[in-house]
Amino acid sequence: MLSALLALSALAIVFGLLLGFSAIKFKVEGDPLVEKIDAQLPQTQCGQCSYPGCRPYAEAIAKGEADINQCPPGGETTIIALADLLERDPKPLNPENGEIKPKTVAIIDEPRCIGCTLCIQACPVDAILGAAKQMHTVIARECTGCDLCVEPCPVDCIDMVPITQDILTWKWPYPDTSLEKAS
Amino acid sequence: MTSPTPTSPHTLAAASITRVMLRVIIALIPGLAAYIWFFGWGITINIAFAVLVALGAEAIMLQLRKRPLLPFLTDGSAIVTAVLLAFAIPPLAPWWITFIGIIFAIVVAKQLYGGLGYNPFNPAMVGYVVLLISFPREMTSWVPTLSFSPYELSFVENAIFIFTGHLPAGLAIDALTEATPLDTLKTNLGLGNTVSEIKSQLGLDEATSRLLSVIPIFGAIGGKGWEWINGGFLLGGLWLIYKKVIGWQIPAALLGSLVSISVLFYIIDPDLYASPVFHLFSGATMLAAFFIATDPVTAATSNRGRLIYGVGIGILMYIIRTWGGYPDSVAFAVLLMNMTVPIIDHYFKSRVFGRHGD
Amino acid sequence: MRQTVNRIRRLWKFRGGVHPPQQKNISTSAPISPAQLPERLVLPLHQHIGEPAEPIVNIGDKVLKGQMIARPQGYVSAPIHAPTSGTVIDIGNYPVPHPSSLSATCMVIHSDGDDRWIEHHAVEDYFRLPPSELRNLIREAGIVGLGGAGFPSYIKFNPGQQKAIQTLILNGVECEPYITCDDLLMRERPQDILSGLLIIQHALQAHECLVAIEDNKPEAFVALRQATEDYDNIEVVQVPTLYPQGSEKQLVKVLTGKEVPADGLALNIGVVCANVGTAAAVHNAIHRGEPLISRNVTITGSAIGSPRNLNVLLGTPMRELIEQCDGNLDRIERLIMGGPMMGFALHRPDLPVIKTTNCILAATAEDLPPQRPELPCIRCGACADTCPVNLLPQQLYWYSKHQNLDKVQEFNLFDCIECGCCSYVCPSNIPLVQYFRFAKGDIWTQEREKEKSDIARRRHEFHQFRVARDKEERQAKRNRKKAALKADTAAAERDKKKAEIQAAIERTQTRRQDAMKDAEMRRSSYQGRTRDHSTAGNAGQQPENSSDTEQK
Ligand code: SF4
Ligand code: SF4
Ligand code: SF4
Repeated sequence: MLSALLALSALAIVFGLLLGFSAIKFKVEGDPLVEKIDAQLPQTQCGQCSYPGCRPYAEAIAKGEADINQCPPGGETTIIALADLLERDPKPLNPENGEIKPKTVAIIDEPRCIGCTLCIQACPVDAILGAAKQMHTVIARECTGCDLCVEPCPVDCIDMVPITQDILTWKWPYPDTSLEKAS
Repeated sequence: MTSPTPTSPHTLAAASITRVMLRVIIALIPGLAAYIWFFGWGITINIAFAVLVALGAEAIMLQLRKRPLLPFLTDGSAIVTAVLLAFAIPPLAPWWITFIGIIFAIVVAKQLYGGLGYNPFNPAMVGYVVLLISFPREMTSWVPTLSFSPYELSFVENAIFIFTGHLPAGLAIDALTEATPLDTLKTNLGLGNTVSEIKSQLGLDEATSRLLSVIPIFGAIGGKGWEWINGGFLLGGLWLIYKKVIGWQIPAALLGSLVSISVLFYIIDPDLYASPVFHLFSGATMLAAFFIATDPVTAATSNRGRLIYGVGIGILMYIIRTWGGYPDSVAFAVLLMNMTVPIIDHYFKSRVFGRHGD
Repeated sequence: MRQTVNRIRRLWKFRGGVHPPQQKNISTSAPISPAQLPERLVLPLHQHIGEPAEPIVNIGDKVLKGQMIARPQGYVSAPIHAPTSGTVIDIGNYPVPHPSSLSATCMVIHSDGDDRWIEHHAVEDYFRLPPSELRNLIREAGIVGLGGAGFPSYIKFNPGQQKAIQTLILNGVECEPYITCDDLLMRERPQDILSGLLIIQHALQAHECLVAIEDNKPEAFVALRQATEDYDNIEVVQVPTLYPQGSEKQLVKVLTGKEVPADGLALNIGVVCANVGTAAAVHNAIHRGEPLISRNVTITGSAIGSPRNLNVLLGTPMRELIEQCDGNLDRIERLIMGGPMMGFALHRPDLPVIKTTNCILAATAEDLPPQRPELPCIRCGACADTCPVNLLPQQLYWYSKHQNLDKVQEFNLFDCIECGCCSYVCPSNIPLVQYFRFAKGDIWTQEREKEKSDIARRRHEFHQFRVARDKEERQAKRNRKKAALKADTAAAERDKKKAEIQAAIERTQTRRQDAMKDAEMRRSSYQGRTRDHSTAGNAGQQPENSSDTEQK
């Protein structure tokens, strides 16, 4: 028990250090615009924008190589936020990049998993746990719903399920203003 | 069980816009009565006509803007705008003056800005200013109080005049009109007379003035007749405050600042500057304080903001009355302060419970 | 001794507030009576503010009345106890009373009808216990604020280290229309409330206690005043009726003149508030050893034939209560949990009673205002005049409507207590509170998403880092291997060379020796020709040998 605790805390410390180190190591000096753009992107890291992740897309926008309407996971909110930030006119999502879908989370049908680790390699945020020849599982809290792990799975055991609302994440709807509707 | 309305409270007080507007109209009655007493029935014709035009214009605009007629047409706000503007138009002004004023107020100042609740400027005052600038002669020919009018127009004659411009045989329009007290005061001060001189010439009691065949323009404390009309508005206004239809802040601040600044100048030189009481009871002072400046849509929001807003109007009124080119100043003062509302709202928020400073 | 009775206590005012029709008389004529034992009880695991409780029994387990069936998870949480004896028949998702009409995890108990208690006993001499232990008992009993918010009480009853609690306020204000459960409790059980109050006072080590009751509840006032007659530091205060006086911050202001800081707690100014129902529950927990398994609920509204207050086991379906009070389900236009000002509409009548269910308002059309369309805001300021927090609801509305989330926070959206005064008076019938709730939800969601995307960003960065590192590591490993391999062959080569050299050296040496021997032999043979022939024969052999080696 104690040793498990110790091992866990040691692991936590190591990972914390690694994270901290990576934060320093990967810190990009300069271009605050990229930072600002990146801050508006949903960080799903799905690549639908045709860049290998949110940050490259942010860089492309900053350089003027990409338009602001290429991120389906961010949807309208992101487009508007980017339009505000860059003082451009918002435009509808570019259909070539995909369509706006409800947020999802990956679930591995564990009995079917053969432990090939292909999904682990695909996951951009390391949200899948498992080792070779052992069944894998998704840390739902960390999953961004990027779909990237679905394709590589040789036995098709990963499903993307829409995130269901529960009473903790539920929020009050916008009031039904019937008069406005009548107009 | 029908599907639940999602949100609390599940009960509402009986307040409605219509009710608010109705009360405002009721509160105008004492002033209206005094007005009729002193200036004849012309005002009622103007009001009725103005209301009709306003409702018509509102209906057409709602149709054009594809909005439902019902809740908006009956909310009473157009009626209040029409009545207020009618008060500001001379009783003998031809119908097209009223018509143009109302159309401008409703169509441009209100509906084109998005209708009820969205207009930054007081519609009635916009209408009035447009009229004053475009038709200065018609807008400044007032009528003398009835007892001194050479001829008392009957209701029908009045109506005929307003709509056709025909007077009963033998009457000329000039005989029926004169400038307002504020106007007269200003013109005469411009000629170098002192306030007391002007008053002694023009503010005689009835007997003497009949003897000298001078038409009295000044009453005991304010403009002749106007003092009573203002009194009527004051009464109605106090009732509105009592009924919590309006807050006390704007009227108090407006009247307070008007009095303070006029006291100041009156002390400096009573010959050049009219007394505070005169300011309070002449022109549209009370109408402005209780009915125009308090128009909630265009006034400041927080109570502190409303104080500032009221003070601003009071001071501007005095400045424009005393040094400006126009006889009365309510409309300009209100519109100018309307412009400052966003700034006032930004700087004068209320102090939130449990928070300090701000 | 009792000077306090005659002393007129100075009261303060909070600004704003409204006077909605009381409608309290409807349900005060009958005394509180126990509700019938339901056959099936549904107990949501999340009946309080904080983390949901965690089940500690399994499906099929038999439980006794008062047995803990779910334990608190985390600091802000509360346990749940079986309200009656029976069998746990399910743990799963069931509809719960919540404005969302969603379902949540519940434990379902099939009652065995015996209503058999688990062994329990009163705490003797609680005043000898240290306050912390007392708080722990309160926590174990699952007590949460019964006024409606449901905040775990033991946390509230903790004065922290630095502060001594000056004033403990017992909230018997009950300012919401229709609700009378506290009123009747005060009338019928003033002694329980008093003893609960004393326990809380001990837990908090509070100097003085005030019991606040609105002046529309004279019987309750008299009952409590009599009950507390002998206590010098307890005062029962009558406060003028005004909604939302029952709200904690407003009540503190009225009684003490102090304003709870907007981002702080009453505790920060040395005040703690508790509901009278909570005090009675504390009494039950300490003096009887009974955890919180039932509460008083007002069943009222025009759809109810005989409206009254019932003492209800938690988990009882509301429908049964409505039926017990001769309610007509078909007449219900809107079923509300809580009062008309702050309660929320329920989507179905078979939801369970939970710890925060103070009232079930079965409203017919006549209880509800006529439906009027939402008109534009005319900025009349009526809302601002009634807002007890002194916000500017018309501005909040404007920015919420246009989803300007920064601006709306600048106007202190999060100070709004959602009391509903503003909506109540708005002549344009704007559902202001809903706009505010919507905006709050939006901000929370955004914050959650922001947090999530920040985590995702960090994790992605780490992922990239890890991939890069792994790659580097693999690369490094490969290099090393190659190097090692190279090193091996080099060594072999070297050895071989060495061996060759050695061999060469040896060869030369042998050759030299041979040569020397040859020379020797030649010399000796030259000398020995004269003396020994036989050596010549040897000598003749040797060159052959040496040439042999040379050939090799
Ligand atoms: S499309 Fe995917 S990878 Fe590209 S910015 Fe959006 S979330 Fe990031
Ligand atoms: S009460 Fe309603 S109409 Fe009046 S200012 Fe407030 S929100 Fe606007
Ligand atoms: S609901 Fe909020 S804004 Fe409205 S009156 Fe109550 S505290 Fe003020």
